[in-house]
Amino acid sequence: MTNTLHRYGDADSFRDDYVVFAICCRGMNDKDSVPKLRRFLEMALPFKPVNLGDSRHGGAFRASTSMHPTSHWNRDMRPDFQTVIDGLNTMTTAAAVFDNRVAAEDFLKSVKAADLGLSVNISTSIEGAEQCCHEADACRHSVGYSLGFEGRTEHLPNEDVLKLSTMCGHGMVSASFAKKMVDWVKEGRRTPDEAATYLTRFCSCGVFNPSRAKRILEEARTRQK
Amino acid sequence: MRIDPNKCVACGNCTYVCPMGAIYIDPVIERATVNRDECVECYSCYNGLSQEHLNPTMVRTVRKIFKMMRVRFDPEPDVCPTAAFAPEELTWPRVVRRAFSDPRVPHESTGIEGRGTEEVKTNDVSGRVKVGEVGFTIEFGRPGVGVWFRDIQEMSWELARAGVAFEKRNPVTTLMTDIGTGTIREDIMNEKVLSAILEIKVPVERTEEIIRLVRDVEKRLDTVVALGVATRCDPDGEERVVAPILERLGYKLERAKTNTGLGRITNLANPAPSAEVVAR
Repeated sequence: MTNTLHRYGDADSFRDDYVVFAICCRGMNDKDSVPKLRRFLEMALPFKPVNLGDSRHGGAFRASTSMHPTSHWNRDMRPDFQTVIDGLNTMTTAAAVFDNRVAAEDFLKSVKAADLGLSVNISTSIEGAEQCCHEADACRHSVGYSLGFEGRTEHLPNEDVLKLSTMCGHGMVSASFAKKMVDWVKEGRRTPDEAATYLTRFCSCGVFNPSRAKRILEEARTRQK
Repeated sequence: MRIDPNKCVACGNCTYVCPMGAIYIDPVIERATVNRDECVECYSCYNGLSQEHLNPTMVRTVRKIFKMMRVRFDPEPDVCPTAAFAPEELTWPRVVRRAFSDPRVPHESTGIEGRGTEEVKTNDVSGRVKVGEVGFTIEFGRPGVGVWFRDIQEMSWELARAGVAFEKRNPVTTLMTDIGTGTIREDIMNEKVLSAILEIKVPVERTEEIIRLVRDVEKRLDTVVALGVATRCDPDGEERVVAPILERLGYKLERAKTNTGLGRITNLANPAPSAEVVAR
């Protein structure tokens, strides 16, 4: 999933960012894949993911189509994992996002034991993925390296904004909105937790990591430049 | 995408969430307006903003009173208070924008959402990139810049001249009128998308040559390029061939997507045709 590959940051900044996703190959292992993908998501729950996603229907934080004036004061800011699991009804990519390596390792062990037959990938730092595979006794088959961004990079925003916006590789989290959230946290208009939740709602496949976003927003608030 | 001027209250929330910065408040009509040239039909505004269904006249009145009193109110930043977005029926060639920009819409050519390709995510099952090969994903427009197909074609022409083969199960390849020359169909040249991927594979010995070629061409393009390089690991799970080449070229490898090798073919083989069918 290239949408998780090109996240901006150095290896250390991915210490709380582990995306594990399952995908089937058209014509090879796609028959009866829906229950397997759903099971993949269900198996993630005991390891306390920070987000779950289905590429077709979205993640555990979603926009509402029926807001009303009073809901501004009591919006549910918690992830809704069950909706993701129940809503997965077609062949797609299923993803579980963790904010620590031990959880990702344990989840991978569990997925390996279940032998779903689906392709399972980890997107994180190179070392982090190696360690997960080692702990789960999974032999890496292939690896896709990110070489970062090139070309007219003068079009790109600053580092904090880039770290936030590239967590949705599909580009649904705009740089302007990420910048606005950084500013609002600095101004004290919103907490990092709230700002991270707003951003996460825009990621349409559920791979945005609200836990890492919260940390980035905290760091941006106090950074002196 | 269009915004219903009868509903819009010019709150400005949508101007921030548009990945292309294509929405602005028109000072003449005092409504949010979409710049159609820049809009890539990603539907981020429509899908990402929560919708309230307030009365537009009431909201405009309240906003005017607050403005006169110089009061800054603090609305939720991810809400369209009057549900003013109205998706349009897209026709060819504009529909290409949505196909490449809205990640929820699967590409017709491959049946896959997002950028529409499996790359090495399913390599343990598909064998797309084999031992001794390197797969490149050359992605344009990401993050948040966007790309016109005419820029993608600049690159595809150069790659074709270098004699590389384009991955057939890739949405951009399916829009080529001549895969041999990397020529993309003329009627979409002026269409802009959020991002798109050219996908190729070459023998590992050509890794450096391709990277230098991409670096050279990207200088001529008015967009950003995200390069992904994929390869097979050794039987012991180590990758000792491509990483040293990339590091020698000056890349600091920070992040990767790792296929854990847990996939396998599970579809039952197609039943053999009967003797009667074969005879026909």
